[in-house]
Amino acid sequence: MSTDTSFATRSREEDWLPVLELAVEEVFEIMVGCRVKPVAPDEHKPRGGFTAMVGLAGALCGIMTICCEAQTAHKIAKSMLGETADTEGQVADALGEICNMITGNFKNKLTGADNRCMLSVPTVISGGEYNLYSLADGNFMETVMLFEGAPVAVRLQLNS
Amino acid sequence: MDKIRALIVDDSSVMRKIIERSLRQAGVEIEKVVEASNGAEGLAALRENVVGIILCDINMPVMDGLEFVRQAATVENAKGVPIVMITTEGSESHVVQALQAGARGYIRKPFTPDQVKEHVLPLLERKP
Repeated sequence: MSTDTSFATRSREEDWLPVLELAVEEVFEIMVGCRVKPVAPDEHKPRGGFTAMVGLAGALCGIMTICCEAQTAHKIAKSMLGETADTEGQVADALGEICNMITGNFKNKLTGADNRCMLSVPTVISGGEYNLYSLADGNFMETVMLFEGAPVAVRLQLNS
Repeated sequence: MDKIRALIVDDSSVMRKIIERSLRQAGVEIEKVVEASNGAEGLAALRENVVGIILCDINMPVMDGLEFVRQAATVENAKGVPIVMITTEGSESHVVQALQAGARGYIRKPFTPDQVKEHVLPLLERKP
Protein backbone atom coordinates (compact mmCIF):
# COMPACT_ATOMS: atom_id res chain seq x y z
CA MET A 1 0.00 0.00 0.00
CA SER A 2 1.37 3.42 -0.89
CA THR A 3 1.67 6.16 1.71
CA ASP A 4 1.36 9.20 -0.52
CA THR A 5 -2.34 8.86 -1.24
CA SER A 6 -4.74 10.43 1.27
CA PHE A 7 -6.40 7.98 3.60
CA ALA A 8 -9.83 9.28 2.70
CA THR A 9 -9.15 8.35 -0.92
CA ARG A 10 -7.53 5.07 -0.01
CA SER A 11 -10.46 4.07 2.16
CA ARG A 12 -12.72 4.40 -0.87
CA GLU A 13 -10.37 2.74 -3.35
CA GLU A 14 -8.97 -0.11 -1.26
CA ASP A 15 -10.92 -2.92 0.35
CA TRP A 16 -10.08 -2.58 4.02
CA LEU A 17 -12.70 -5.03 5.24
CA PRO A 18 -10.31 -8.04 5.19
CA VAL A 19 -7.82 -5.94 7.18
CA LEU A 20 -10.49 -5.14 9.76
CA GLU A 21 -11.57 -8.78 9.93
CA LEU A 22 -7.99 -9.91 10.48
CA ALA A 23 -7.51 -7.30 13.20
CA VAL A 24 -10.64 -8.56 15.00
CA GLU A 25 -9.70 -12.24 14.62
CA GLU A 26 -6.21 -11.65 16.03
CA VAL A 27 -7.45 -9.73 19.07
CA PHE A 28 -10.03 -12.38 19.94
CA GLU A 29 -7.59 -15.26 19.44
CA ILE A 30 -4.77 -13.69 21.49
CA MET A 31 -6.64 -11.81 24.22
CA VAL A 32 -9.92 -13.71 24.55
CA GLY A 33 -8.57 -17.15 23.66
CA CYS A 34 -11.27 -17.81 21.09
CA ARG A 35 -11.24 -18.09 17.32
CA VAL A 36 -13.92 -16.04 15.62
CA LYS A 37 -14.85 -15.92 11.95
CA PRO A 38 -16.96 -13.45 9.99
CA VAL A 39 -20.57 -14.30 9.21
CA ALA A 40 -23.19 -12.58 7.07
CA PRO A 41 -24.00 -9.30 8.88
CA ASP A 42 -27.58 -9.24 7.62
CA GLU A 43 -28.34 -12.59 9.25
CA HIS A 44 -26.66 -11.92 12.60
CA LYS A 45 -27.52 -8.60 14.18
CA PRO A 46 -26.69 -8.24 17.86
CA ARG A 47 -29.41 -6.57 19.88
CA GLY A 48 -27.59 -3.84 21.74
CA GLY A 49 -26.38 -4.52 25.25
CA PHE A 50 -22.92 -3.04 25.28
CA THR A 51 -21.32 -0.76 22.71
CA ALA A 52 -17.68 0.28 23.00
CA MET A 53 -16.19 2.99 20.82
CA VAL A 54 -12.77 4.43 20.10
CA GLY A 55 -12.21 7.59 18.06
CA LEU A 56 -9.52 8.00 15.44
CA ALA A 57 -8.03 11.39 14.62
CA GLY A 58 -5.35 12.52 12.20
CA ALA A 59 -4.66 10.92 8.84
CA LEU A 60 -7.40 8.41 9.54
CA CYS A 61 -10.42 10.07 11.10
CA GLY A 62 -13.56 8.36 12.35
CA ILE A 63 -14.92 6.00 14.95
CA MET A 64 -14.61 2.27 15.63
CA THR A 65 -17.44 0.58 17.50
CA ILE A 66 -17.98 -2.94 18.79
CA CYS A 67 -21.46 -4.00 19.83
CA CYS A 68 -22.78 -7.17 21.43
CA GLU A 69 -25.47 -8.37 23.79
CA ALA A 70 -24.92 -8.06 27.53
CA GLN A 71 -24.53 -11.79 28.06
CA THR A 72 -21.90 -11.92 25.31
CA ALA A 73 -20.02 -8.99 26.83
CA HIS A 74 -19.97 -10.79 30.19
CA LYS A 75 -18.61 -13.94 28.52
CA ILE A 76 -15.89 -11.95 26.72
CA ALA A 77 -14.86 -10.32 30.02
CA LYS A 78 -14.81 -13.70 31.74
CA SER A 79 -12.64 -15.20 29.01
CA MET A 80 -10.19 -12.29 29.23
CA LEU A 81 -9.99 -12.28 33.00
CA GLY A 82 -10.13 -16.01 33.52
CA GLU A 83 -12.82 -15.37 36.11
CA THR A 84 -16.30 -13.92 36.19
CA ALA A 85 -16.40 -10.15 35.96
CA ASP A 86 -17.62 -8.80 39.29
CA THR A 87 -19.27 -5.63 38.07
CA GLU A 88 -20.80 -4.10 34.96
CA GLY A 89 -17.89 -1.66 35.06
CA GLN A 90 -15.44 -4.53 34.57
CA VAL A 91 -17.47 -5.81 31.62
CA ALA A 92 -17.46 -2.34 30.08
CA ASP A 93 -13.74 -2.03 30.75
CA ALA A 94 -13.06 -5.36 29.01
CA LEU A 95 -15.13 -4.50 25.94
CA GLY A 96 -13.56 -1.03 25.75
CA GLU A 97 -10.12 -2.58 25.81
CA ILE A 98 -11.10 -5.05 23.07
CA CYS A 99 -12.28 -2.11 20.94
CA ASN A 100 -9.04 -0.25 21.70
CA MET A 101 -6.90 -3.21 20.64
CA ILE A 102 -8.91 -3.86 17.47
CA THR A 103 -8.57 -0.20 16.48
CA GLY A 104 -4.84 -0.14 17.18
CA ASN A 105 -4.27 -3.45 15.45
CA PHE A 106 -6.24 -2.26 12.42
CA LYS A 107 -4.36 1.01 12.01
CA ASN A 108 -1.01 -0.70 12.57
CA LYS A 109 -1.78 -2.90 9.57
CA LEU A 110 -2.33 0.08 7.26
CA THR A 111 1.01 1.27 5.97
CA GLY A 112 1.51 4.90 6.86
CA ALA A 113 -1.48 5.16 9.17
CA ASP A 114 0.25 4.06 12.34
CA ASN A 115 2.47 7.15 12.56
CA ARG A 116 -0.16 9.69 11.65
CA CYS A 117 -3.26 8.60 13.49
CA MET A 118 -4.16 8.99 17.16
CA LEU A 119 -6.65 6.96 19.18
CA SER A 120 -8.96 8.18 21.91
CA VAL A 121 -9.44 6.30 25.15
CA PRO A 122 -12.50 4.00 24.86
CA THR A 123 -16.06 4.98 25.75
CA VAL A 124 -18.65 2.30 26.51
CA ILE A 125 -22.43 2.50 26.49
CA SER A 126 -24.54 -0.11 28.24
CA GLY A 127 -28.14 -0.62 27.20
CA GLY A 128 -29.62 -0.79 23.76
CA GLU A 129 -32.02 2.12 23.58
CA TYR A 130 -29.88 4.75 21.94
CA ASN A 131 -29.04 6.18 18.55
CA LEU A 132 -25.43 6.87 17.63
CA TYR A 133 -24.80 9.87 15.41
CA SER A 134 -21.20 10.24 14.26
CA LEU A 135 -19.67 13.19 12.44
CA ALA A 136 -17.74 10.57 10.48
CA ASP A 137 -19.78 11.03 7.34
CA GLY A 138 -17.74 9.02 4.87
CA ASN A 139 -17.80 5.35 4.06
CA PHE A 140 -18.09 2.61 6.62
CA MET A 141 -17.31 -1.06 6.86
CA GLU A 142 -18.80 -3.62 9.19
CA THR A 143 -18.05 -7.19 10.10
CA VAL A 144 -19.99 -9.51 12.35
CA MET A 145 -18.23 -12.37 14.12
CA LEU A 146 -19.76 -15.17 16.13
CA PHE A 147 -18.38 -15.51 19.65
CA GLU A 148 -19.68 -18.71 21.26
CA GLY A 149 -22.55 -18.55 18.79
CA ALA A 150 -23.52 -14.97 19.58
CA PRO A 151 -22.96 -12.06 17.18
CA VAL A 152 -20.37 -9.35 17.82
CA ALA A 153 -20.56 -6.46 15.35
CA VAL A 154 -17.48 -4.34 14.63
CA ARG A 155 -18.01 -1.21 12.58
CA LEU A 156 -15.61 1.45 11.33
CA GLN A 157 -17.04 4.76 10.15
CA LEU A 158 -14.64 7.14 8.44
CA ASN A 159 -14.68 10.81 7.58
CA SER A 160 -14.73 11.46 3.87
CA MET B 1 15.42 -14.62 40.77
CA ASP B 2 14.19 -12.79 43.89
CA LYS B 3 10.57 -11.83 44.30
CA ILE B 4 9.94 -8.34 43.01
CA ARG B 5 7.33 -5.63 43.20
CA ALA B 6 5.79 -4.58 39.89
CA LEU B 7 4.14 -1.28 39.03
CA ILE B 8 1.46 -1.62 36.34
CA VAL B 9 0.16 1.63 34.85
CA ASP B 10 -2.89 1.22 32.61
CA ASP B 11 -6.29 2.92 32.59
CA SER B 12 -8.00 -0.46 32.15
CA SER B 13 -8.32 -2.52 35.33
CA VAL B 14 -8.95 -5.60 33.19
CA MET B 15 -5.71 -5.01 31.32
CA ARG B 16 -3.80 -4.54 34.59
CA LYS B 17 -5.02 -7.97 35.70
CA ILE B 18 -4.05 -9.53 32.36
CA ILE B 19 -0.58 -7.98 32.52
CA GLU B 20 -0.11 -9.26 36.08
CA ARG B 21 -1.22 -12.74 35.01
CA SER B 22 1.15 -12.63 32.02
CA LEU B 23 4.05 -11.66 34.29
CA ARG B 24 3.34 -14.61 36.56
CA GLN B 25 2.99 -16.92 33.52
CA ALA B 26 6.34 -15.62 32.31
CA GLY B 27 7.88 -16.92 35.51
CA VAL B 28 8.34 -13.59 37.25
CA GLU B 29 8.14 -14.08 41.03
CA ILE B 30 5.95 -11.24 42.22
CA GLU B 31 5.84 -10.10 45.81
CA LYS B 32 3.31 -7.33 45.22
CA VAL B 33 1.66 -5.50 42.34
CA VAL B 34 1.16 -1.76 42.62
CA GLU B 35 -1.52 -0.48 40.25
CA ALA B 36 -2.08 2.96 38.76
CA SER B 37 -4.66 4.06 36.21
CA ASN B 38 -2.69 6.91 34.61
CA GLY B 39 0.77 8.42 34.52
CA ALA B 40 0.17 10.88 37.37
CA GLU B 41 -1.01 8.07 39.66
CA GLY B 42 1.97 6.05 38.51
CA LEU B 43 4.40 8.79 39.57
CA ALA B 44 2.68 9.09 42.95
CA ALA B 45 2.90 5.33 43.41
CA LEU B 46 6.58 5.37 42.48
CA ARG B 47 7.34 7.98 45.14
CA GLU B 48 5.83 5.71 47.78
CA ASN B 49 6.95 2.28 46.58
CA VAL B 50 10.19 0.62 45.58
CA VAL B 51 9.52 -1.59 42.56
CA GLY B 52 11.64 -3.84 40.37
CA ILE B 53 9.79 -3.48 37.06
CA ILE B 54 7.33 -1.00 35.56
CA LEU B 55 4.86 -1.87 32.81
CA CYS B 56 3.07 1.09 31.30
CA ASP B 57 0.40 1.85 28.69
CA ILE B 58 0.70 4.94 26.45
CA ASN B 59 -2.84 6.18 25.77
CA MET B 60 -4.25 7.15 29.18
CA PRO B 61 -6.22 10.10 30.53
CA VAL B 62 -4.64 12.74 32.81
CA MET B 63 -1.03 11.84 31.93
CA ASP B 64 -0.02 9.55 29.09
CA GLY B 65 2.63 6.88 29.28
CA LEU B 66 5.32 8.76 27.37
CA GLU B 67 5.11 11.70 29.78
CA PHE B 68 5.13 9.26 32.70
CA VAL B 69 8.39 7.74 31.45
CA ARG B 70 9.98 11.18 31.02
CA GLN B 71 8.98 12.30 34.52
CA ALA B 72 9.83 8.95 36.14
CA ALA B 73 13.47 9.68 35.34
CA THR B 74 13.39 12.32 38.08
CA VAL B 75 11.93 10.01 40.74
CA GLU B 76 14.55 8.46 43.01
CA ASN B 77 12.71 5.13 43.33
CA ALA B 78 12.65 4.75 39.53
CA LYS B 79 16.42 5.00 39.04
CA GLY B 80 17.63 1.83 37.33
CA VAL B 81 14.15 0.29 37.24
CA PRO B 82 13.34 -1.03 33.75
CA ILE B 83 10.18 0.34 32.14
CA VAL B 84 8.37 -1.68 29.47
CA MET B 85 5.61 -0.08 27.43
CA ILE B 86 2.54 -2.24 26.69
CA THR B 87 0.32 -0.41 24.23
CA THR B 88 -1.88 -0.50 21.15
CA GLU B 89 0.29 2.24 19.65
CA GLY B 90 2.49 0.30 17.28
CA SER B 91 4.11 3.03 15.21
CA GLU B 92 7.85 3.38 14.85
CA SER B 93 7.64 6.97 16.09
CA HIS B 94 5.99 5.85 19.33
CA VAL B 95 8.64 3.18 19.84
CA VAL B 96 11.42 5.71 19.24
CA GLN B 97 9.81 8.28 21.55
CA ALA B 98 9.37 5.69 24.29
CA LEU B 99 12.95 4.42 24.04
CA GLN B 100 14.33 7.97 23.92
CA ALA B 101 12.30 8.83 27.02
CA GLY B 102 13.90 5.94 28.87
CA ALA B 103 11.75 2.85 28.27
CA ARG B 104 13.73 -0.38 27.91
CA GLY B 105 11.13 -2.49 26.16
CA TYR B 106 8.04 -2.18 23.96
CA ILE B 107 5.19 -4.67 23.62
CA ARG B 108 2.29 -4.13 21.24
CA LYS B 109 -1.25 -5.10 22.25
CA PRO B 110 -2.63 -7.66 21.62
CA PHE B 111 0.19 -9.58 23.26
CA THR B 112 0.89 -13.14 24.37
CA PRO B 113 2.46 -14.22 27.68
CA ASP B 114 5.45 -15.38 25.61
CA GLN B 115 6.02 -11.83 24.41
CA VAL B 116 5.97 -10.59 28.01
CA LYS B 117 8.47 -13.29 28.91
CA GLU B 118 10.70 -12.39 25.96
CA HIS B 119 10.78 -8.68 26.78
CA VAL B 120 10.68 -8.65 30.58
CA LEU B 121 12.81 -11.57 31.78
CA PRO B 122 16.08 -10.39 30.19
CA LEU B 123 15.66 -6.99 31.85
CA LEU B 124 15.23 -8.59 35.27
CA GLU B 125 18.12 -10.99 34.79
CA ARG B 126 20.42 -8.11 33.80
CA LYS B 127 19.72 -6.22 37.00
CA PRO B 128 22.67 -6.00 39.43
